[in-house]
Amino acid sequence: MVGSGQHDFGAALLDPDLPLPEGITAPNGKKAARRFAIYRNNVTVSLIDALAGIFPALQRLVGETFFRDMARLYLVQEPPRSPVIFEYGGGFADFLSQFEPLAAYPYLPDVARLERAWLDAFHAADADPLHPGSLGAIPPERLADTTFTPHPATRIVQSRFAAISIFSASREERTLDGIRPANAEDGLITRPAYSVEVRQLPAGAADFFLALISGATLGEAADSTIARYPEFDLPSAISAMLEAGVFSACWFGEPNSEDPS
Amino acid sequence: MTQSAPKPPIVENSRFPSGPLPPRAGAGLKTDHVDAILADDYRIGFLEVHAENYMGEGGPAHRALAAIRSEFPLSVHGVGLSIGSEEGIDTAHLERLARVVDRYQPSMVSEHLAWSSHDAGYFNDLLPVPYDRQTLDRVVAHISQIQDRLRRPILLENPSTYVAFEQSTMSETDFIREIAQKSGCGLLLDINNVFVSATNHGWKPMNYLRDFPLELVEEIHLAGHAEDVDDEGDLILIDAHDRPVADAVWKLYETVICQAGALPTLIEWDNDVPEWPVLRREARLADAILDRLGPASLLGSRHAAE
Repeated sequence: MVGSGQHDFGAALLDPDLPLPEGITAPNGKKAARRFAIYRNNVTVSLIDALAGIFPALQRLVGETFFRDMARLYLVQEPPRSPVIFEYGGGFADFLSQFEPLAAYPYLPDVARLERAWLDAFHAADADPLHPGSLGAIPPERLADTTFTPHPATRIVQSRFAAISIFSASREERTLDGIRPANAEDGLITRPAYSVEVRQLPAGAADFFLALISGATLGEAADSTIARYPEFDLPSAISAMLEAGVFSACWFGEPNSEDPS
Repeated sequence: MTQSAPKPPIVENSRFPSGPLPPRAGAGLKTDHVDAILADDYRIGFLEVHAENYMGEGGPAHRALAAIRSEFPLSVHGVGLSIGSEEGIDTAHLERLARVVDRYQPSMVSEHLAWSSHDAGYFNDLLPVPYDRQTLDRVVAHISQIQDRLRRPILLENPSTYVAFEQSTMSETDFIREIAQKSGCGLLLDINNVFVSATNHGWKPMNYLRDFPLELVEEIHLAGHAEDVDDEGDLILIDAHDRPVADAVWKLYETVICQAGALPTLIEWDNDVPEWPVLRREARLADAILDRLGPASLLGSRHAAE
């Protein structure tokens, strides 16, 4: 069994139908099955607990027992790839979207995406959000040429459902009364200081921010957004982005010039 | 900035107090306890963190740890390097650990005699290794690789185990002693693990401690364990870290301190974590034993003399 011991041991940890790995013993000729099952249980319970910690709103929505049974299936299909356990669950939303028993709740995968993005924002690098004065200091005629550096914590989740309202209600332990799941919503996740904030965005704002994040100038982003959303309220979107801390710096003239404002 | 005469290099860790872990009680750091620890009149001897919890780039977790680190000695305890892995050390993960160590300049860095990753993924548990020559050589090579990268010795912790391996040819104590001698690492003696493994494998814990190279121990761990039964209905202990330290483990701890002198002693409590005062009470029990038995110990002068 040279070299293959841990492969067999690991496979049997995740699949209780596999026999005890060869060479595993207990003292005085005792059986080792229940002893090996302690490892199985440790692995399973610790990973389910990890998922419950990463996706608390989801657990509350489907109920603890259902969540834990579902998490048990997911972790066998997709065990963590890294010992950094707070990064686990990147594929949970896709798993949910294929999970037949939840087919009647198509908003749940987007709730999972929001929760995963929330934790990514929590652990993202520190940066001061863009100071409103920096934008105010740009000469008006240069505003259209201005580009922005996204804050490391900024995430945008666009949903065909009311995932942001449902996420917020669940995290705040409110009922879903008054929420119409079929209403599409866009969510903005930021961490302007040390608290993660989640906002629902008005129509067009997500496209506008995504354009700026990908490097478009303020003028380009505004034009493309207004073309798609004629009612888009540009001044409101700019104040929301300053308040939420979507960006950490802005530049005018050549992008990435040596002259940050 | 104007150029001036060459200055001696600035020591990078000067932003945090440096020095060894004190031979006092410490506690495993939990986020919910940070404010209480900083505000407490009782100054805990040191704090220990799981390295993997601080492998993110920034955010509130790092802010809290930086506040703790500016006031207390710190020990960084890895749980994910998989030192016993057949597949070699994950160099990306070693780099992550090196970043945490560079960032916080801890007094101590430690890891486990265990494996936790394989081709299937990361199992989030400390899994056992057979005690044979091949495994020993592999573990020594991995510890050397880690120490070379971190540019400092680490401590290796004895495991708690529930099964054994037919292929083992050495006792756990002989295995650990030889790893330490060959790799130059120090040892972290987890006395709860000794009690758990001794019960599970039918050893006498006192015999284990007699055979263990206490002179290489630089830190002690204490924790609570749970009870279960094996296939034969006999008692088996689980290393659960979810309750106070058992009386039998405190007794073994007294024996170790009598023998080895006062050593930095961590109280671990990772599941069903109580309020800070409960953890503090455990730490004070350890402090009392260190005060009472440390000075009169057989090896007690070795740390002061070093």
